[in-house]
Amino acid sequence: MGINRRDFIKLLAGTGGIALFGKNVNVWADEHVTSLHESFGVIVDTTLCVGCRSCEKACNQINQDLPRKASEFYKDNSMLEKRRRMAADSYTVVNRYNNPEDTNRPVYVKFQCMHCTDPACVSACIVGALTKESNGAIRYDPWKCIGCRYCMAACPFQVPAYEYNNAMTPQVRKCTFCFEQRTSKGKAPACVQACPMEVMTFGKRRELIKIAKRRIEKHPDRYIPHLYGEHELGGTSWMYLSSLPFEEIDFPNLGYISPPSYTEPIQHAIFKHFIPPLTLFAVLGGLMWFLKPKVVKSESVLEEENSEK
Amino acid sequence: MSSRENAAPVKIRFFTTGVKVLIAFMITGLSFGLYRMVFGLGSTTNLTDQYPWGLWIGVDVASGVALAAGGFTSAFLAHIFHREHFHAIVRPALLTAMLGYTFVGIGLMFDLGRWYNIWHPMLPMMWQGNSVLFEVGMCVMVYLTVLYIEFLPVVTERFIGKVNLPGMLSFFNKPIDRLLTFLDNILGKVMFVFVIAGVVLSCLHQSSLGTLMVISPYKMHPLYWSLLSPLFFLASAIAVGYPMVIFESMIASKSFGHKSEMHILTPLAKFIPYLLGIYIVLKIGDMIYRGTYVYLFEGSIQSRMFWLEFGTLTVVPFLMLLSSRVRSSAGWLFSAATMCIFGVLLNRCTVFFIAYRPPFAEKAYFPAIGEFALTIGLIATLMLIYRVFVSILPVMPAPEKEAVRE
Repeated sequence: MGINRRDFIKLLAGTGGIALFGKNVNVWADEHVTSLHESFGVIVDTTLCVGCRSCEKACNQINQDLPRKASEFYKDNSMLEKRRRMAADSYTVVNRYNNPEDTNRPVYVKFQCMHCTDPACVSACIVGALTKESNGAIRYDPWKCIGCRYCMAACPFQVPAYEYNNAMTPQVRKCTFCFEQRTSKGKAPACVQACPMEVMTFGKRRELIKIAKRRIEKHPDRYIPHLYGEHELGGTSWMYLSSLPFEEIDFPNLGYISPPSYTEPIQHAIFKHFIPPLTLFAVLGGLMWFLKPKVVKSESVLEEENSEK
Repeated sequence: MSSRENAAPVKIRFFTTGVKVLIAFMITGLSFGLYRMVFGLGSTTNLTDQYPWGLWIGVDVASGVALAAGGFTSAFLAHIFHREHFHAIVRPALLTAMLGYTFVGIGLMFDLGRWYNIWHPMLPMMWQGNSVLFEVGMCVMVYLTVLYIEFLPVVTERFIGKVNLPGMLSFFNKPIDRLLTFLDNILGKVMFVFVIAGVVLSCLHQSSLGTLMVISPYKMHPLYWSLLSPLFFLASAIAVGYPMVIFESMIASKSFGHKSEMHILTPLAKFIPYLLGIYIVLKIGDMIYRGTYVYLFEGSIQSRMFWLEFGTLTVVPFLMLLSSRVRSSAGWLFSAATMCIFGVLLNRCTVFFIAYRPPFAEKAYFPAIGEFALTIGLIATLMLIYRVFVSILPVMPAPEKEAVRE
């Protein structure tokens, strides 16, 4: 998928002015969504979640490089009192939200990396330590990473966390979509498999969108008519169904345009075959030559000066 | 361009009170730097998962690069535009740029989590052409090399025919002298390539620094997010180049007990209102086009910063410098230049960690003591090295009586 898209961006960059103002973005999104349909994703149906945090536990178990946590931690319901975010020691968290319609039945939401289809973190990474796999996963290679944390500044969901307390080998930490252990072999991520309520559905993104839309159609009383992640940022691999408006369950209100579609056209326009920098070089060179004063100091004066020293 | 400039090493007593203060700052700062290296970013800084970038990126890196713009803007004026009158400012500005960029690199090492991988962007297998930061990194690295090359003639001029190593090393005197002469000859012929390259590279990465936060459209405050941000960064860097040259020149003159070089600085100041004017027109035009003026009076920290860094520290010096009385008065000129510098400094800080609004922040970021200490320490170290350089190498314009010869 990468190649098609990059070529397309190059084309786009050619029309510098238009690209700079992002007016071609729709064309671009269409192009790249086609290739994305073949990737995998997950639907999270927040209306089914009971907040048992089995997913958190499964995540900790499968990712052996995370700090080990006792199973008591995952039974401690006081953790739900506070709104948590993913951190260097946890790739996924479940939060509890008040349900204004039925205060006895709060809403639980599981968060993790959304595995955007046109990820800002991957575009931002200076050394390509973050990569988007064709199955949808965004992976991180700590050996390439220089620790600049631009991915964190770029992520619209504030997902990547950092090991600030590790002095020598800190890593960026975020959900791996269980790439190595499971999804690269076509298996669902550990959290999806562990869920007793079948909150999550793993599958081809294209199929998932159909399933989600059918659910919304069938139960208009149960869901708000919005599949979060279908269009947000040009699409994300993880998508959400909810009974509450998404702003109320901590999902940022994002546009449909992916962050890289703002920066990459600028970058590629400036470096299109190195023509703009070379042109500037030539113009300045010409200027330098053209403006050169005919005689600044005659040769003899210069020689005199030199011999003085 | 002639490689022979009318410059000479400054004869000064090195250990003044000011220098001792700088040394104290340097030691404090570097102790915090050492602490960070041993105990990590978490124990030294207030950076969090919400605010990954703080003072070190805003000041040491982004402002450091912007305030080193005097190097390429004065090279442009003297070498490409051939305004011979301004030759005297080229070397001090070049030295500032060279040291400034070196310290950008050093400062960055403290901020990078895996600083020992800083060379990774040079490996073709890790090239990432979509990354704005990759372009900034590469341009800065190449430009730093160009700056060192541009500075070489100052070294050759000082040492050709004067290489005098003690004892056993005296064997190398002749070869080194020959090497220097050889370099001097070559450089004199090809220097124009590096001068132009320096300007091109500067334009590229100064603007790309402004593209960095364009990737966070949904986090940035609307007053500070625009697709024209690269242009703002470039225009403001160009505009702050000469104020920085003026600021330094006046501080150096004061410190070395020379008279301010108003005969160069006043005509130089004449360019600033034009350059600042371009920046101001761009900013205001963009604001009207995008309708972001509605945020001007919302009373948020971002709107206040805008009034401070742009409304005050950019527009006021612009108005001041329109007046020839301001330009020819040392005190007023110094004030205006200082305002420009702090305007750009605050602008960069605002973009990188004040206008940046993480969606799930628990509290706003404010730099830790250690962050301030290292930043100040690095600036103090830079000033000390500057002092050492100008006392050894012919950087500063030779005192008045010789200068008349031109």
